[in-house]
Amino acid sequence: MSSHYEAPIRRPLVVGNKSYHDVTVDVARPVEGRANKLWWTVFTIALAAFLWGLGCMTYTITTGIGTWGLNKTVGWAWDITNFVWWVGIGHAGTLISAVLLLFRQKWRMAINRSAEAMTIFSVMQAGLFPIIHMGRPWLGYWVLPIPNQFGSLWVNFNSPLLWDVFAISTYLSVSLVFWWTGLLPDFAMIRDRAVTPFTKKIYSIVSFGWSGRAKDWQRFEEVSLVLAGLATPLVLSVHTIVSFDFATSIVPGWHTTILPPYFVAGAIFSGFAMVNTLLIIMRKVSNLEEYITVQHIELMNIVIMITGSIVGTAYITELFIAWYSGVEYEQYAFLNRATGPYWWSYWLMMSCNVFSPQFMWSKKLRTSITFSFIISIVVNIGMWFERFVIIVTSLHRDYLPSSWTMFQPTFVDAGIFIGTIGFFFVLFLLYSRSFPVIAQAEVKTILKTSGDNFKRARAQQDNNSDNH
Amino acid sequence: MYTFSSKLKTFSLILIVLGIIGIGYGYISTPSSIEEVEKMLTESHHGGHGEASSDAHATHDAPVAHDAKDVHADAEHKEHVEHVYHQLQNKPWSALYVAGIFFFLLTMGVLAFYAIQIASQAGWSPVLFRVMEGITAYLLPGSIIFFVLLLAASFHIGHNGMFTWMDPEVVKEDKLIQGKTAFLNVPFFLIRAIIFIGVWNLYRHFARKFTLAQDESTDDSNYKKLFKASAAFLVFFIVSESIMSWDWIMSVDPHWYSTLFGWYVFASFFVSGITVLTMITIYLKSKGYLPEVNKSHIQDLAKFMFAFSIFWTYLWFSQFMLIWYADIPEEVTYYVTRIEHYNLPFFGMLALNFIFPILILMNADFKRLTWIVIGAGAVILFGHYLDFFNMIMPATVGDKWFIGASEIGSILFFAGLFILVVFTALTKAPLIAKRYPFMEESKHFHY
Repeated sequence: MSSHYEAPIRRPLVVGNKSYHDVTVDVARPVEGRANKLWWTVFTIALAAFLWGLGCMTYTITTGIGTWGLNKTVGWAWDITNFVWWVGIGHAGTLISAVLLLFRQKWRMAINRSAEAMTIFSVMQAGLFPIIHMGRPWLGYWVLPIPNQFGSLWVNFNSPLLWDVFAISTYLSVSLVFWWTGLLPDFAMIRDRAVTPFTKKIYSIVSFGWSGRAKDWQRFEEVSLVLAGLATPLVLSVHTIVSFDFATSIVPGWHTTILPPYFVAGAIFSGFAMVNTLLIIMRKVSNLEEYITVQHIELMNIVIMITGSIVGTAYITELFIAWYSGVEYEQYAFLNRATGPYWWSYWLMMSCNVFSPQFMWSKKLRTSITFSFIISIVVNIGMWFERFVIIVTSLHRDYLPSSWTMFQPTFVDAGIFIGTIGFFFVLFLLYSRSFPVIAQAEVKTILKTSGDNFKRARAQQDNNSDNH
Repeated sequence: MYTFSSKLKTFSLILIVLGIIGIGYGYISTPSSIEEVEKMLTESHHGGHGEASSDAHATHDAPVAHDAKDVHADAEHKEHVEHVYHQLQNKPWSALYVAGIFFFLLTMGVLAFYAIQIASQAGWSPVLFRVMEGITAYLLPGSIIFFVLLLAASFHIGHNGMFTWMDPEVVKEDKLIQGKTAFLNVPFFLIRAIIFIGVWNLYRHFARKFTLAQDESTDDSNYKKLFKASAAFLVFFIVSESIMSWDWIMSVDPHWYSTLFGWYVFASFFVSGITVLTMITIYLKSKGYLPEVNKSHIQDLAKFMFAFSIFWTYLWFSQFMLIWYADIPEEVTYYVTRIEHYNLPFFGMLALNFIFPILILMNADFKRLTWIVIGAGAVILFGHYLDFFNMIMPATVGDKWFIGASEIGSILFFAGLFILVVFTALTKAPLIAKRYPFMEESKHFHY
């Protein structure tokens, strides 16, 4: 897939004079070592948040949705906001592993494993909300078209909420398979290095007897390409279907045709920001700074900048068309966003999503790790508010002024959200201690083209041959 | 260096001449007075005709009963005849406009693709840069002719009434358009067109200048300038492209609006541009001019044709389905008229632009076979011409459409001009740029 020649102006992707063995050792170290105090502290906090969230979910299900801040006008608020936010975050993982694979971006190799893990863990968080926001979650299985004793009572395939069921479940399963396939050679590496019988046993099971023969590798690559080709339209369609939840409606502010691609752009935007947040910490604590270099962070910042600009263009388009349409409900919906009682959330969203990524035009700022970390958090706050603004400000004031109202979340709304963040970090922290967090098999394929030592040697060679 | 074969040159000149004849015939055969239309209608009218002349102009939607004897129906009949007269007057203009915007925008598609390749530091495509620059040479003549067409519409030259919002009589009666005059007014419309066309041409001019200078220079300073110019152009492009699509296409239906529209139009001309780029590359290679281009390059181009055909369909479906699903009367008329009066072109283009490419170009081996790629390319180009046809015609000529002398003549004229300009430009510089930093990578590119 890669050519023998690489332009000298391309910067190295692996630094620190690495050999194949160094890569193995560096990737296996966090798995083979023991967790330190910091890990246990963070894990305990995350677990506590998760358990608190679990309590809030149990309270909701046993007592009723009325424990949330929803009312008769605003029937969707934090639940769907969090759902869309988590799904959106999940998208960057597939983007990094699938789309960047199709575009032959070698820099994805150091980050794809963690990005995919992030996808899977955040889609799991997202998947909670469609169930717990039901009034009767124990009848949740009714959304499945299974033959039954009600004279084969069927589901209505016209609802985007049903499409959501198919989209999210397919997305989770395909991502899981894609992720696990990629893990096979890496699990095999851990298996082969294991010293205790217990770890040997575990990693033997999860690596499915991978022995790395030529034929296996050939098929492995083909499967990865096919899955990438399937995951790319999948990732676009999943967030498109999520956007259909709103765009198919007739609510002013929701019914707009730009939502499908604009939600996808927003998902890439927030997902990459989350990858940045996680990897900036991970490269430090797991000593992977030589694989996840400043260049990786810079490139992610560029993606954030581009998708942020696309999202900004979409905001302007929506504003313009709302005016251009001549529909007063549509015009009011946007006036209400900018100047109504939730003006602060609108302007928070605008400043986080449209203005903050524009700082990335400066090379100095986008190569600054501290600045990137701050912006990555800011972007995710902004994207949470984007979903909140779209959902709540469109609902709380629409056609009939007599139905206008406000929305006030309760501690249960917030508790569940905090719980999912806790759950996410519980999973991610466990992952980072038991999984090879960098796809070492993939990094080894680019080591000789993109390792700094090999690049230096090649430059040396070129100079020598020029002198003759 | 490429030499323009005299055969191809003659071919392009023949296309231009045939095109001019077709366009001229289209204008001559257009009825020049209302009486003529009246006669035409009664001749072709065997009872049923004229009952439903529904089109985007909601004000004219009332069914017309020709046989009714009262004065009211008479007035309606007169209005109907006048309406048909305007539609027929618009027809040669619209044909010219559709072909003109199609060739102009596909050049923009290539220019955007070029800028993306530079800004993303692609390592596979630099051997194609000179081909892309050759194609974008059409931007200047193409955009000037298109601007003249905009002027013709703005000043109603030769009964050009394509944009109803430019007609003060219509605006007087129409509350909805009145609300939009802050944006939809002729001076501002033309100023926007000048700015967009001007900046796009400026980018193309300087990009060409920097790459030629890079050939002769000893450092990468020109490459750096090119990189920055491309990034800046892309920012301008994403904004101007949206507004352009509202101005030049969406506003022919001044009552209708869709937020997705700009990106949808982009997908259409972007895939057309890539297709033309692929076809010209294959042609030049078949003549032995591009020895550095190998099957991997062709496969990559075909992949882009494949992927963006799907992307176009994704946007087409998103826009269509959301409007169909919500069924809000203000919006849905757009598709109602198209499905009623343009059924075959409307759904036919889906087969051409989606089903055909997805089936043909899915196979990796097929993407390396030039005759398959050329065949798929021809289908895609025809499909996207139809896409622009479906966007413009229903608003300007309504149910009076057919693909005749005006349409075919316009396509031939612009195709001939395109070939003439592009292949002349290709002779001006070596087909492979010399010291572009990623050129060696591109020459060794193998997939």
